[in-house]
Amino acid sequence: MSKEVKNYDVVIIGAGPAGLAAALACDDSKSVLLIEREARAGGILKQCIHDGFGLITFKEKLSGPEYADRYIDLVSEKKNVTLETLTFVTLVEKTESGFKINMTSRKGMQTVNAKSLILANGCRERTARQVNIHGDRPSGVMTAGNAQNFVNLMGLLPAKRCVILGSGDIGLIMARRLKLEGVDVVGVYEAKQTPSGLSRNIQQCLIDFDIPLHLSKTVTRVFGNRRVERVEISSVDANMCPILGTEEYFDCDALIVSVGLIPENEIAETLDVPMDMKTKGPFVDQNMMTLVDGIYSVGNALHVHDLVDYVSQVSEIAGKNIGHESKRDLVQVETQGCMYVVPQYIDMNSLDDKVDFFFRSKTDMLKAKVSVSVNGEEIYKKKYLALRPPEMEKISVPLNLKKGDKISFVLEAENESACPIDTE
Amino acid sequence: MKLTCIECPKGCMLTIEKTDAGVIVEGNDCIRGKRFGEKEATNPTRTIASTVKTVFEKMPVVSVRTSSEIPKGLIFQVMDEINKVVVKEIYPAGTILIPNVLNTGSNIIITTDMTKILK
Ligand SMILES: Cc1cc2nc3c(=O)[nH]c(=O)nc-3n(C[C@H](O)[C@H](O)[C@H](O)COP(=O)(O)OP(=O)(O)OC[C@H]3O[C@@H](n4cnc5c(N)ncnc54)[C@H](O)[C@@H]3O)c2cc1C
Repeated sequence: MSKEVKNYDVVIIGAGPAGLAAALACDDSKSVLLIEREARAGGILKQCIHDGFGLITFKEKLSGPEYADRYIDLVSEKKNVTLETLTFVTLVEKTESGFKINMTSRKGMQTVNAKSLILANGCRERTARQVNIHGDRPSGVMTAGNAQNFVNLMGLLPAKRCVILGSGDIGLIMARRLKLEGVDVVGVYEAKQTPSGLSRNIQQCLIDFDIPLHLSKTVTRVFGNRRVERVEISSVDANMCPILGTEEYFDCDALIVSVGLIPENEIAETLDVPMDMKTKGPFVDQNMMTLVDGIYSVGNALHVHDLVDYVSQVSEIAGKNIGHESKRDLVQVETQGCMYVVPQYIDMNSLDDKVDFFFRSKTDMLKAKVSVSVNGEEIYKKKYLALRPPEMEKISVPLNLKKGDKISFVLEAENESACPIDTE
Repeated sequence: MKLTCIECPKGCMLTIEKTDAGVIVEGNDCIRGKRFGEKEATNPTRTIASTVKTVFEKMPVVSVRTSSEIPKGLIFQVMDEINKVVVKEIYPAGTILIPNVLNTGSNIIITTDMTKILK
């Protein structure tokens, strides 16, 4: 094992779509190390075999693996990028000139130095343990992502008859996938009053296949010795508390959970990168640089994206910015009415003509307006007929700021319409 | 008929009406939504994605999809065709496994590059 410590301009952690796009965008003069813990690049897209990826980037409906392959091929042509697979980053430390990255692989422990760091390590799924289910802990309780891995990569069917808890997109996609493979999908149960997944997935994964969606219902108990045998489902009140006396029982051999994704940020936290409680990812400026100089955050590690095309776009911004950093002058974007807005900060010293903002509404809204103001004066507005929290929106705002300027981002319902919208 | 457009993640809520003069689509934000609505009223089609078994231990299944949309009513029959196939060679992505499946004009194509994994 060589003790020589290699120096890179950039180290990227995670070779999913975010890491790949960032690597691709780095200037050819920069030495880049792209580190991936799995055997191949592509991230979660490897198991997302359904179509619908790349509509924006390639104007085609590709499957996840095809979308990933386009980037993998382009990255492999870049002489300045080294991809290390089966390599797990365990710890990153701040040094005087940058960062020291510790990793383990078949070669053993290894350390490299980097001037800049891009965190592209994706998100993880919330598990059944993180929701309030009582009863036995038999096998057969799994996340939708695990089920996806079993079916699409290992070729194993994890159920004969299953109940899906949570209406997140991966759960919806898996409801359809399992149904196609002949599994009896009892239904999708969602504790909230509105589904968490995209409307189009409700249509093409559930309605198309006659899979029922039950809102305001949740799994309250799991029964089974070694394997799941049945589940108890209860209605919940507006505070999502189960209502006694509403219990129903269903026999099944698997409970598939799709109750949300959380950005993966253990490494960022150990580096004391300030976090946004709303996105559960780091605060960033318009170049995707966190509040710690030299550390970028992109993709699902920054905030959970529902469209891989946006993941690639945003990651490209980070890659392009490397080598063009100067002293920053950050102003925080004041927000109102949104679940969250990214970027949360603007660096006034590196403003291009436009800044792309991504946001989600807090609740379902009909007729809403977004407005961006500088020092109280509206400089941009956009109206929406409908907004839903699962559907992330993007706006491009021409921005010109000088020292001391205040910027605000407001989402509000438009109440000027006298006649209510016909929802029939 | 009311349904969500599945052409893009925007998910417009469409109202589709069949009249003597043709199909009327409302609620769509773009031309793709109009076309989708018209097809839903006449001949709804879908892309389907699945996996096919292989003989390779390192890659027990390989992902596939229809190269273009197939009639919605044929989804499970096309699945039966897909499930009859076992892949015995190493193919790149895009390889046609079943040409013109059930005379739909659509091919079943491989979507994961097997050469990257097995060679
Ligand atoms: C289970 C699951 C299913 C999904 N399905 C869909 C879908 O069907 N459609 C859709 O549009 N979006 C889906 N998403 C969202 C999807 O993740 C994003 O669109 C996109 O893949 C995010 O890209 P990323 O590169 O940020 O993250 P990822 O694709 O998750 O890539 C992160 C990469 O970082 C690597 N990594 C993490 N930590 C380390 C470490 N310490 N050292 C080295 N490597 C590390 C991981 O192995 C992984 O390859 C899904 C997400 C999940 C979790």
